[in-house]
Amino acid sequence: MSFITRGFTGRGRERDDRLPPGQTLVGDFPVLSAGPTPDIDTADWEFTIRTESGAQHSWNWDQLMALPIEDVTTDIHCVTHWSKLGTGWRGVALDTLFEGVDTDYAYTMAHSYGGYTTNVPLDDLLDGKAWIAFEFDGEPLDPEHGGPARLLVPHLYFWKSAKWVRGLVMMEDDEPGFWEQNGYHLRGDPWKEERYW
Amino acid sequence: MTGHVDGNAIAGPLADFFSFDVTMATGRCRACGTVAELARAMVYISGAGTVVRCSTCDHVLAVLVDTGERAWIDFGGVTAIEVRR
Repeated sequence: MSFITRGFTGRGRERDDRLPPGQTLVGDFPVLSAGPTPDIDTADWEFTIRTESGAQHSWNWDQLMALPIEDVTTDIHCVTHWSKLGTGWRGVALDTLFEGVDTDYAYTMAHSYGGYTTNVPLDDLLDGKAWIAFEFDGEPLDPEHGGPARLLVPHLYFWKSAKWVRGLVMMEDDEPGFWEQNGYHLRGDPWKEERYW
Repeated sequence: MTGHVDGNAIAGPLADFFSFDVTMATGRCRACGTVAELARAMVYISGAGTVVRCSTCDHVLAVLVDTGERAWIDFGGVTAIEVRR
């Protein structure tokens, strides 16, 4: 009759409490791609925020580099069950980019070179929670990991951190992006295990 | 007959349709209009899902997501699929 003893082991399995439910720690950095890796020269790169008024706020590479750059150390969690802890990034906070943006809309659609899209509520991009990241581990971001620049929204599953990001379009309603149209959760909070519809 | 019946009525026809070798089927890309065998498409497989792209224009033809317990299939990038009997 050992059926009650398990309940007294508590967290004795030494599971790292930085790991959300259902996640496993990895040492490498797996690559997930839904298409060919775009080859984007920083000379051609541009990032644009478009609002409901039609206003477009754009930054080229040099203009992005002239903004305040932040070092970010954060855990990342992929919906395919891997997590990496304490990853190091450099990027520009979305707070900085949204400083001069006037919008009443609460949702955004991130668009990438290559056509990928993912929806992110504006609240999840502000208050020091999201960046346009261009360095990983002290090196320029590899194209296979989203270089020259990707969205970094580490408190949500990593499919929200759109690789090769080129812009955000403000949306009145929370409409689904690429994976969200095909079974994945509209928001994707790893601590709530919001993997699928 | 002018009225409609419910979705149970397509169970037989769809089971019949999908019993063919899908790779032998042809599809028409919604983006560029190319009609090609699905076996010629470019397929990107990742843990998140499988993405099928047109070999002519790169546009997404289909997306498959399979969690084991649940699966989704999106053929939104093709206007029609033809199977020959």
